[in-house]
Amino acid sequence: MFEISLGHYLILAATIFTIGVVGIFLNRKNIIVILMSIELILLAVNINLVSFSIYMNDLVGQIFTLFILTVAAAEAAIGLAIIVIYYRNSGTIRVQEIDKLKG
Amino acid sequence: MIVHSIFFYIFSIIAVFSAIMVTVSRNTVHSVFFLILDFITISCLFIMIGAEFIGMIMLIVYVGAVAVLFLFVVMMLNVAKQKNEWLGGEKNSNHIPIGLLISGVIFFELIIVVGGWKYKPELSKTFSSIGIDLSTTNTHEIGKVLYTDYIHLFQLSGMILLVAMIGAIVLTFRQREGIKRQSYFKQISRERKEGVELVDPKNNEGVKIDV
Repeated sequence: MFEISLGHYLILAATIFTIGVVGIFLNRKNIIVILMSIELILLAVNINLVSFSIYMNDLVGQIFTLFILTVAAAEAAIGLAIIVIYYRNSGTIRVQEIDKLKG
Repeated sequence: MIVHSIFFYIFSIIAVFSAIMVTVSRNTVHSVFFLILDFITISCLFIMIGAEFIGMIMLIVYVGAVAVLFLFVVMMLNVAKQKNEWLGGEKNSNHIPIGLLISGVIFFELIIVVGGWKYKPELSKTFSSIGIDLSTTNTHEIGKVLYTDYIHLFQLSGMILLVAMIGAIVLTFRQREGIKRQSYFKQISRERKEGVELVDPKNNEGVKIDV
């Protein structure tokens, strides 16, 4: 209980990952919240990588955390640019009204 | 050690609470604020566990760039006053039970994976290729590995950032019609015979300037 082990960090990461997935599934609002949920999921993956790297005495996890950070930043920039041009073209980014593809 | 565990529980509770508030908050601006709180809390956890460089980079990249970008877009698009209809939406509300069910199954599977990993502790001896040297700082260690063994991946990640930057500019660039602007190419490529004309004015008629 009072000895913080790898399992504590893994359970924390699993909780944050699940909250991010719930945010994607149950979102009724706009796409920006979905992008924030994706950021939460990537954050949970980063927690996993860093805690494994520390507890298994391997530096490669922290290196890959840097790469995931890069990809997350690029993904946020592209996603927000797409949201901006969609809002400029259609005037709304509500999830229920984005049905042009009729999927 | 007990202080470390108390700090871990405090930061974990704050992180999980702010992650929940990101998804259920009614105002999008509040969601971004809780996202910033979540990033800062997780970076505190990283610094506390001994990965200082990753923690500081997370502060710089996430709080300094990504969250401010989110806040900028939210305030620019004027979607903050749209009410969140998270559980009370009247249309398509049959997605909610199956979504909660699948999320619960995902959480259950992740917890099972954690428990199953704990029963195989001999895995921790087989993966270690680059150990952590505790005599130098964490930044020093990462620098020694990142610029030698992983230099190609490092440059590829720089290429990803370049492509993302160009893509964002191309996506949001808009050519407006009806605006006078300077064109260097037209100015430089102008020739003498387009600019100067020799006319022979007749008597009592003069020259028409505006053609």
